[in-house]
Amino acid sequence: MEFHSPDSWREALEVKAAQPEAVAIFGGTDVMVDLNFDRERPGAVLDLTRVPELGEWGEGDGRLRVGAGVTYTRIISELGSELPGLAMASRTVGSPQIRNRGTVGGNLGTASPAGDALPPLYVSDAEVELASTNGTRRVPVVEFITGPKRNAMRPDELIAAFHIPRAEGPQQYAKIGTRNAMVIAVCAFGLALRPERKRVGACLGSAAPTPVRAREAEEFIESVLDWDSRGEIGDTELRRFGELVGEAASPISDVRGTAAYRTHAVGVLARRTLGWAWDEYRRGE
Amino acid sequence: MMIEQTEPATPTRERPDAPVTTPGKVGEHTERADGVPKVKGEFEYSSDLWMDGMLWGATLRSPHPHANIWSIDTAEAEEMPGVQAVLTHEDVPGRKVYGMEVPDQPVLAWERVRYQGEAVAIVAADHPETARRALEKISVQYEVLDPLTDPEEAMKEDAPRLHLSGNVLKRINILHGDVAEASASADVVVSGEYEVGMQDQAFLGPESGLAVPDGQGGVDLYISTQWLHLDRDQVADSLGLDPEQVRLTLSGVGGAFGGREDLSMQIHACLLALETGRPVKMAYNREESFFGHVHRHPAKMRYEHGATRDGELLYVKARLVFDGGAYASSSIAVCTNAATFACGPYEVPNARIESHMLYTNNPPCGAMRGFGAVQVCFAHEAQMDKLANELGMDPLELRIKNAVRPGIRFPFGQEVPPPAPVRVILERVGDMPLPEEEEVMGRDLRRLPGGVSNVTHGEGVRRGVGYAVGYKNIGFSAGFDDYSTARVTLSIEEGEPLVRIHTAAAEVGQGLITVEAQIARTELGVERVAVLQADTRVGSAGSTSASRQTYMTGAAVKQACEQVRARIFQKVREEYADEDLAIEDGDIVSGGESVVSLAELLGGEEIEETVEFHHRETEPLDERGQGNAHLQFAFAAHRAVVEVDTELGLVRVVEVATAQDVGKAMNPQALEGQIEGGIAQGLGLALLEEIQIKEGKIQNASFTDYLIPTILDMPSVRAEILELADPEAPYGLKGAGEPPTIASTPAIVAALRDATGRELARVPVKPEQIVGIAEKPPSEPPQPGSRGYSGIGHLDEREEH
Amino acid sequence: MRLRLNINGETREADGVWEGESLLYVLRERLGFPGSKNACEQGECGSCSVYLDGVLVCSCLVLAGQAEGREVVTVEGIAEGEELHPVQRAFVEAGGVQCGFCTPGLIVATHDLLGRNPDPTDAEIREALAGNLCRCTGYEKILDAVRLAAERMS
Repeated sequence: MEFHSPDSWREALEVKAAQPEAVAIFGGTDVMVDLNFDRERPGAVLDLTRVPELGEWGEGDGRLRVGAGVTYTRIISELGSELPGLAMASRTVGSPQIRNRGTVGGNLGTASPAGDALPPLYVSDAEVELASTNGTRRVPVVEFITGPKRNAMRPDELIAAFHIPRAEGPQQYAKIGTRNAMVIAVCAFGLALRPERKRVGACLGSAAPTPVRAREAEEFIESVLDWDSRGEIGDTELRRFGELVGEAASPISDVRGTAAYRTHAVGVLARRTLGWAWDEYRRGE
Repeated sequence: MMIEQTEPATPTRERPDAPVTTPGKVGEHTERADGVPKVKGEFEYSSDLWMDGMLWGATLRSPHPHANIWSIDTAEAEEMPGVQAVLTHEDVPGRKVYGMEVPDQPVLAWERVRYQGEAVAIVAADHPETARRALEKISVQYEVLDPLTDPEEAMKEDAPRLHLSGNVLKRINILHGDVAEASASADVVVSGEYEVGMQDQAFLGPESGLAVPDGQGGVDLYISTQWLHLDRDQVADSLGLDPEQVRLTLSGVGGAFGGREDLSMQIHACLLALETGRPVKMAYNREESFFGHVHRHPAKMRYEHGATRDGELLYVKARLVFDGGAYASSSIAVCTNAATFACGPYEVPNARIESHMLYTNNPPCGAMRGFGAVQVCFAHEAQMDKLANELGMDPLELRIKNAVRPGIRFPFGQEVPPPAPVRVILERVGDMPLPEEEEVMGRDLRRLPGGVSNVTHGEGVRRGVGYAVGYKNIGFSAGFDDYSTARVTLSIEEGEPLVRIHTAAAEVGQGLITVEAQIARTELGVERVAVLQADTRVGSAGSTSASRQTYMTGAAVKQACEQVRARIFQKVREEYADEDLAIEDGDIVSGGESVVSLAELLGGEEIEETVEFHHRETEPLDERGQGNAHLQFAFAAHRAVVEVDTELGLVRVVEVATAQDVGKAMNPQALEGQIEGGIAQGLGLALLEEIQIKEGKIQNASFTDYLIPTILDMPSVRAEILELADPEAPYGLKGAGEPPTIASTPAIVAALRDATGRELARVPVKPEQIVGIAEKPPSEPPQPGSRGYSGIGHLDEREEH
Repeated sequence: MRLRLNINGETREADGVWEGESLLYVLRERLGFPGSKNACEQGECGSCSVYLDGVLVCSCLVLAGQAEGREVVTVEGIAEGEELHPVQRAFVEAGGVQCGFCTPGLIVATHDLLGRNPDPTDAEIREALAGNLCRCTGYEKILDAVRLAAERMS
């Protein structure tokens, strides 16, 4: 097994161009488990923890650009007000030890339907910045994730960053686990209100082969919400929203939970989180 | 039985000096002797062992739960650079099978494998990665057979036989009184079917050890285990060696809970070490650990209780079916235990209990904390709640009314010995103040079901309270000659008296070595005590299981100290005085006056005594399931308060309160640790922990999917400890390790039932059960409360699947 | 490959390291620091917690080469000379240690917590230590230990 540990982005891309089969590693929360349990024996591993560019974030063209190597801990502490939904999701990831190492870039690379960072990216129409020695391109996250543990990366590409608008309104993230900490999502739900555009983003996690936007539910609730007078949402409408989110699910039954429960629970999370987010909006926070 | 005085062979590893401690007396707070090395990272666990030139062992395991083996080809593996040995069943020189009760498990499989994960071949190599690659090169031709995975199917006459003896490993019937007559006169009858999933001990330190050949055909094994001598005897048998040629030394044990009572890598590591002539270390990873030890038996239990209108129990009928898995392990004893405890600590005048233990192609099951009492307690306590509900009676009152008391007989015929304070412990948990009800809305997420996963801000959360009581035997039962050996040496070192205690009792984290030191301090009045590393140079101490070590090894140490003391007093009488002798802080006192110091009395002399303590004889059950089977009984009652998100099925346990009779609190802080830790495992079984098996294959062999409670799941514990002495036991003590794990599970589930109104007949309780859905979405959407998301209506009308 | 890193203030070297080894393996099996424990090797239990350049991590999830040239502090480096660190002292006194296999990870994680937050609430302690599984104690005495250490260190 070859080990590469470039200390610049340029060099990292060159390694990847020369050895497209090299497996990128950052926090190791997926790659190391595969190595430790003899599930994968890649020919080469490409360590990205020494690439300073990946740990940077900044703002430009109205959006944030967050390096793929910004850890969950830093998202919580540095980007909590800019990206509250993502910060809430980050807080549900593993333990402090995991959040200190794990990154959104890793969640994107692994493309697990249970990736906690993904629903917040979906609801904000984030884009993934991919780079190779041939240049960079941006792919909407919804197109980037193509299936369970599959993404649209070309073999010579690495994930450089994601681009995401600063929160325009209240955001929420909720996740079901049978334990009260340290769980992989049985199912999860991300929500973003965008009052200026009168839009709602709703995304299910771990309830389909990929995270899925609940478009019907979004359209339904957008048509119902009284954005200008900030009036209450009726029980019927909240419930309908939850049902429509549940209908967007196409889950499986596995050791973590049954399909029926996932469908049910994600609907409840949708109803509750919408209530919380709307309350926050009404309070003018 | 003979006291073994085997001369030590040349040690293959340097034996560290036993640390000298200054313990408190029995009953006083004493810090654990190994606490400092443990917090510094210096304590040597079995997986930390290391020697120059050491090789790494690895195990090839069957991927199939049931298959014929047609051939095993190791040639390619043997040729790999770095590989030093590849062994199969053909290389086992002695007995090719092992087992605690029945030697039915192959050391390495031949002809047939009976569970997924069964060991087929072993490898030693100079790096663990080389060993893993070598395993891939071993070619095994399997003919895959249909696995027999349902114990009820296994019981049928025409089921394929997994062992020559058939599939029924043990069957026990308890016939007590006249159930037919009693059932005719019952006013109220309740019945139910209950199920307990397969729990894992999930000790944190995976199986590991180091085998070192002694160069003379023998071997030293440094190992984490619960019973050194039983391991030694089984290892020696399979190696074809005399027991004296196999020396075991206990290394640091990372938890046990029953899971280290059977062998895992012991024989394998020794085979490889003897084959290669080099030290061999084996260390399972977490995944392999799930295949490397036995689990708690899954059980299906059908019950019927009959009572009078005013709540007097008339009879209990029960049919218990346990899945023993592929090999016997300690299943026979579990079957007996379950049968004897099936009715709970209640006065039951008539009973008919059937307990069945079956072989299947599921993972082998055996000892885990609670040992057969856990499963039946879940069922009998659910039945008691059901009965209380049917009678319109308070569940605590019903239990108190029927509680056993000294003098009556258990359904298995044994008289209830004093003290049996079941009524008292139930009253105590009933009298403890309930935790204050706090507003749920807007509470810190970390104090709500789901924690920081942010699933509720109080919506749907309802509180419930539940009670349960359970009991268990302490020590080995049913005619087993249970004993422990202790060697106590008093000498003068650096001018000060020092007591050395040597036993083979396994310290697995529970704090036994601290208690041993406290006993010596108490009996010999000497401040400095050193507890030697446990090994097989002294006689057997029996297993660290059945909550028995404080009783058994405690008694052996106490008696050895008493004999040492008698010899000292003899000397004193000869030379000094003979009135009212005592030892206080290293001085001999007579009539309150110091007559001579121990240092002066002994000079360079050592006084050593070795004692083998056997407990009172017990009897096996007769054909009607009757007999004085058990030595001692320990009781604990629990009250659980839970908050349930009734719409999502997620739970926060708010508090568990308990009252437990321990006879004597030997080391109060360590005792509390046993109680709190035992409750945490009970909570795990109630809510989280199950090895999920599909067609004989484990689906969740990892800490990602086998979930044990975190610090956010475990509530505070309110414990009331009763010290009602057992006149037969040393210091009046009762075993204390297991009772906390027994009734805590049913108490938590009772609280869930209280909050949700659901039957919840299976543990671990899944969110699906709480919200009442299994394979289909609910027929009706959940009813939102007044604001749509601030409360939840009634889910109770939905059927549980 | 060859590895050079600083452990508990001293430079250490290991030769012949297989590229697939974790930092945990290198610490335990090559460099003589077995204090960090190998309970799950998948980041679920926290027993292998160490500081990597001052950041609390699971050493089982750090590939050996990722630690090249870095500073690692393990449980063996927490005590101040012969004196136990107050966190260690508190775990012994409060009864936070039973089998002790989780203890090294908890010592390092608690050390990290109290460094960031000298006076944590119970909820904060629980959240911070949620990634450190203990199978023996039921956590009550671990909470006691953290509270005691916080009190003594303030």
